[in-house]
Amino acid sequence: MAVLLLAEVTDGALALDATAKAVNAAKTLGDVTVLCAGASAAAAGESAAKIDGVSKVLVAEDPALGHRLAEATAALIVSLAGDYSHIVAPATTDAKNVMPRVAALLDVMVLSDVTGVVDADTFERPIYAGNAIQTVKSKDAKKVITFRTSTFDAAGEGGSAAVEAVSAPGDPGLSEWVEDKVAASDRPELTSAKIVVSGGRGVGSEEDFKIIEALADKLGAAVGASRAAVDSGFAPNDWQVGQTGKVVAPELYVAVGISGAIQHLAGMKDSKIIVAINKDEEAPIFQVADFGLVADLFQAVPELTEKL
Amino acid sequence: MKVLVPVKRVIDYNVKVRVKADGAGVDLANVKMSMNPFDEIAVEEAIRLKEAGTASEVVAVSIGVKQAQETLRTALAMGADRAILVVAADDVHQDIEPLAVAKILAKVVEAEEPGLVLAGKQAIDNDMNATGQMLSALLGWSQATFASELKIEGDSAVVTREVDGGLQTIKVKMPAIVTVDLRLNEPRYASLPNIMKAKKKPLDEKTAADYGVDVSPRLEIVKTTEPAARQAGEIVADVDTLVAKLKEKGIV
Ligand SMILES: Cc1cc2nc3c(=O)[nH]c(=O)nc-3n(C[C@H](O)[C@H](O)[C@H](O)COP(=O)(O)OP(=O)(O)OC[C@H]3O[C@@H](n4cnc5c(N)ncnc54)[C@H](O)[C@@H]3O)c2cc1C
Ligand SMILES: Nc1ncnc2c1ncn2[C@@H]1O[C@H](COP(=O)(O)O)[C@@H](O)[C@H]1O
Repeated sequence: MAVLLLAEVTDGALALDATAKAVNAAKTLGDVTVLCAGASAAAAGESAAKIDGVSKVLVAEDPALGHRLAEATAALIVSLAGDYSHIVAPATTDAKNVMPRVAALLDVMVLSDVTGVVDADTFERPIYAGNAIQTVKSKDAKKVITFRTSTFDAAGEGGSAAVEAVSAPGDPGLSEWVEDKVAASDRPELTSAKIVVSGGRGVGSEEDFKIIEALADKLGAAVGASRAAVDSGFAPNDWQVGQTGKVVAPELYVAVGISGAIQHLAGMKDSKIIVAINKDEEAPIFQVADFGLVADLFQAVPELTEKL
Repeated sequence: MKVLVPVKRVIDYNVKVRVKADGAGVDLANVKMSMNPFDEIAVEEAIRLKEAGTASEVVAVSIGVKQAQETLRTALAMGADRAILVVAADDVHQDIEPLAVAKILAKVVEAEEPGLVLAGKQAIDNDMNATGQMLSALLGWSQATFASELKIEGDSAVVTREVDGGLQTIKVKMPAIVTVDLRLNEPRYASLPNIMKAKKKPLDEKTAADYGVDVSPRLEIVKTTEPAARQAGEIVADVDTLVAKLKEKGIV
C-alpha cells in the first residue's frame, strides 16, 4: 500500500509542523510520498524530504497551483492518484478545500478530520462537535483522508527522501486569486503552540484584548479567541478556536472570559492542562478546567502576567 | 439568476448530544431538530441577493427523511420561493453521506440550472465539510469555500474566504458553488405572517430513486462512542495559588 500526502505549502514554504504530523498519522498505512504543490514548491520539497518516514517527494510547480486554488490542485492530485491506496493531508483549511473535491472526482467518500487509524480501512473521527467519536470502515478502493493535526505528534527530522518533479495538468481557469490578508505575527502558530491563551466575549473590546496578548507574550504562547470574541471584532478570524475554527491541544490552554460552549470546547478540550478564568462560578468552562479561578479578568489577568 | 440553497435538517445546536448505550450512534429520536446553522446563513445570503435584484429566485433543497419538510418550510418562511424535498431515508438515524448528497444535488442542478449554489460550510452533525466541494467537482464548476463575504460582479463571484492564515479573496467564474462561514451575515427570524405564507409556497417531493442515485453509504459505521470525559479540577483561591499550581506542574 502507498500513501500520497498533500503537504501544506504556503507561498512556497512548507508548513513543517502540520505536514510532519500528517506524515506520522499516515506512516502505518504504507510508504509515504509527499506532494508539494505551488507556484514555487521546490524549497518546500527539500524540507519535506527531511521528514522522518517520507520515502519520496514530488514537486509540482505551476502558476496555476499558486495559492492552493482547489480546482487546479485537485486536478493535479487526481492525475497522480492511480498509484496510491490512500490520499491524505493535514486537516487545514487548504486541505479541507481540496480533498473533498479530489474524493468526488475519484468517486469515493472523504474521511474528514480523522483522529485515529485503526487499520488501513478503518478510522476514527469526531462528530457532533466532538461529542461522539465514530469508528468507520471505508468500502472505497481508495481512501481520501484529512488528519486532525492536534491529535498526532509530528514526525521527526533526519530523513533524506528523493525529490522528483511532476508536471501539473494545467489551469482549468475557473478561479483566480485576488489577495491574501494575513496578519504577520512573531507569536507561535496557534495549532502548534505549546501554550495557548484565549479570550472570549468577557474581554469586552479589541483594546482590552491587549491584556490577553500580554499574558500570551509573557508565556511565549499563541493567542486564541472564542467565536463571540471574533464576531464582536475583538480578535481576527484566524484566532478562533472551536468546532468551526481551529482545533488545538497544547500543554496549557488558558481560557479567559469564555463561558465554555460545546462548540468552543470542541476545539480545546484535548489540551493537557486547562486553566479557566471567569467571574461566573457557574460557567461550564469550569467543568473541563484543571484549575479554575473565579475572578474578574481585568484584575486577575494583569496580576497573573506580572507574577509569572 | 436562480440561487439553489441546500439545507440540512440536523440536531439543534443547543441540544446536548447523547450517544446511544449500544454504541449504535447518537440518539435522535425526540430531540429538537433545526436547520443546520450554516445553511440558515446561506438562505439569508440568497434572500439578500434576491432583495438586491441580483437573484431572481431562491430554491431550497433538502435531502433526507420526510421530516426535512419542516426545515424547508423554515427556509420558505425566511423568504425562499420554493422548495424541493428529496426523500432518501426512512429512519431519522440514517445520515446521507456528502458524496450521495452531492450526486443528488448535481441532478437537481441539471434540472434547475441555477447560476449559484450557496451551501453551508459544514453540517454540525457529521462535521464533514465536504458536500459543496464534492458538488463542485461533479459539476466541474468553480468553488469558493468558507465565505465571509460575497459579491457578484457580472459573470464572476468575488469571495473572501476564512482560512487558517487569515482571509483570502478569490474571484470565481459563475456558475459557482459557494459554501458559507459563520460571519457572512446574521440570518433573520421568520415573522409569523411569513411562516403562514410559507405554508402555501410550493414544496416538491422527489426520491433519490427519481434521480437514479444510489445513496448506500461508503463508510460503514462500526461504532459510536462517547469521548473520554474530562474530570473537573479544582477551583483555586487566587492568582498566587494558580501560579504555584502551574509551577508545580512544571509548565511555567
Ligand atoms: C454552528 C456554530 C458553530 C460555532 N463554532 C464555534 C467555534 O468554533 N468556537 C467558539 O468559540 N464558538 C463557536 N460557536 C459559538 C458558541 O456557541 C458560543 O456562542 C461562543 O463560544 C461563546 O463565546 P464566549 O464564551 O466568548 O461568550 P459568552 O458565552 O458570552 O461568555 C462570556 C464569558 O465571559 C465571562 N465574563 C464576562 N466578563 C468577565 C470578567 N470581567 N471577568 C471574567 N469573566 C468575565 C462571563 O461570565 C461568560 O462566562 C458556534 C456556534 C454555532 C451555532
Ligand atoms: N442531506 C442534505 N440535504 C441538503 N443539504 C445538505 C445535506 N447534507 C449536506 N448538505 C449541504 O452541504 C453542507 C455541508 O455539509 P457536510 O458536507 O455534510 O458537512 C451543508 O451545510 C448543506 O448546505
